Amino acid sequence: MSRAFDNGVRVVAPALSLTLLALLLLPLAGLAVSSSPAQIAAGIDHPLFAEALSLSVRTTLVSLCILVLGGTPLAFWLSASRSRLARWVEVVLDLPIVVPPAVIGVALLQTFGNRGLLGPALQGIGLSVPFTTTAVVLAQVVVSAPFYLQAAATAFRSVDLDLLLVARTLGISEAGAFFRVAVPIALPGLVSGAALAWARALGEFGATLLFAGNLPGRSQTLSLAIYTALEADADVAVAISLVLTSIAVVLLLSLRRLPALLWRRDRGEPALPRREPAR
Amino acid sequence: MNWQVRIEARLGELRLDVDVSGGAGPIVVIGGNGAGKTSLLRLIAGAHRPSSGRISVGARTLFDAERGVDLPPEHRRVAYVPQGYGLFPHLNALDNAAFGRSPGGATDRATRRREALELLEQLDCAHLAKRMPSGLSGGERQRVALARALFVDPDLLLLDEPLSALDASARRSVRRFLAEHLMRRGRPSIVVTHDVRDVLAFDAPVWVLEAGRVLQRGSAAELQAAPASAFVAEFFDAAPALPSRLRSA
Repeated sequence: MSRAFDNGVRVVAPALSLTLLALLLLPLAGLAVSSSPAQIAAGIDHPLFAEALSLSVRTTLVSLCILVLGGTPLAFWLSASRSRLARWVEVVLDLPIVVPPAVIGVALLQTFGNRGLLGPALQGIGLSVPFTTTAVVLAQVVVSAPFYLQAAATAFRSVDLDLLLVARTLGISEAGAFFRVAVPIALPGLVSGAALAWARALGEFGATLLFAGNLPGRSQTLSLAIYTALEADADVAVAISLVLTSIAVVLLLSLRRLPALLWRRDRGEPALPRREPAR
Repeated sequence: MNWQVRIEARLGELRLDVDVSGGAGPIVVIGGNGAGKTSLLRLIAGAHRPSSGRISVGARTLFDAERGVDLPPEHRRVAYVPQGYGLFPHLNALDNAAFGRSPGGATDRATRRREALELLEQLDCAHLAKRMPSGLSGGERQRVALARALFVDPDLLLLDEPLSALDASARRSVRRFLAEHLMRRGRPSIVVTHDVRDVLAFDAPVWVLEAGRVLQRGSAAELQAAPASAFVAEFFDAAPALPSRLRSA
């Protein structure tokens, strides 16, 4: 390559990088300076905010529980299995990352909608899922699942399977070996995966809007409340946005600190049991 | 306590067809890479199911293809110490040692830890109790792994390359310690090794595996005097002249 090209790269590359960095940071700065503390307080006091916050917290906690309970054994199987089926399942599970959320919303409607695949059967037992809080949870589970599953499978791959055999030869059941050996070793990865999945569920918008609607108290989560507030009262939208950003920042900082915190005991010295006094 | 392993199994490319037995004290298994040494231990531990045959330890049948017996690893009373010792990285030495099911049936944590601490004391490593595996030397890990295996008082102890992860000086001391411990206690055990000095230290019957089959068995002196393959001849070529007590073994 010519010297002129090298010099060009030396100037253009940092300029492009700084432009991108500015593009990422400026909106955050814009958000931060767009409202006075009094306006933010007023936004937080708005009835829309409390209801949406409550719904978001409740639904994301339920979706996270479903994801962890169902996703942890699935991720362990994905990490341990060498079958072709496992590789295919892995590809399918990543689909929600590449498929647009709106498409997921349509797909959920086509599955659980009243005229969808399972709609008639669900109606037969008196259940109607679309435009309910259950629909919010389902949408959150689907869009956030890949984030937990990927992180959990990677974490379980770091567990030497021989350790599980060792645990079992010491008289521990298969389930006991999983919970006492595999899970604790994979815990930092499991927790960071759960945190990422939770953040994704909290920010979920497209699939929820199409599948669950935007009904206050029933399906209007924080993200959807921002959408609604922007049309009526921008201060409320900014207040909600700042709250969501704060949660994201706290989550991000925790994630960076998490592995060190969880493995501090690796360097620490856990206490010995207190010896019982001689009788 | 006598034990016998007579099994056939197919594990990937390896076809294993072995008949190995022993009594009180250790036996040593040697063989080239891919001979099936580790696979044999894992089959005995219950990681894989043999296609046919029988595994018995004392009066207990752990596996019998004909009778449909296949005890899970947790019911075999066979403790397995893999290469690198397999200590649980999230537990300190004491909790590693106290991990298994206590033979005395103690279920409360304090009693189990006290019993494990006594075992660590017997193995001269009680001072390591609070240390995490990442802070232990190879020799220390080996002792803790042995304490953990002995804590469950197994009927059969499986040690896969117990000295391979150690530097030269640690190897000497741990080899002496392990040989004395297994011989003195007369604990039924299978020690896999690729080092002739381990074979000489254990002073135990030697079984040679090759391509999944038992090629030869005998004392170290017998194998050195009449090696059945180039591998056996080369293996014992590195050995010093065997002492007379080994010649009569």
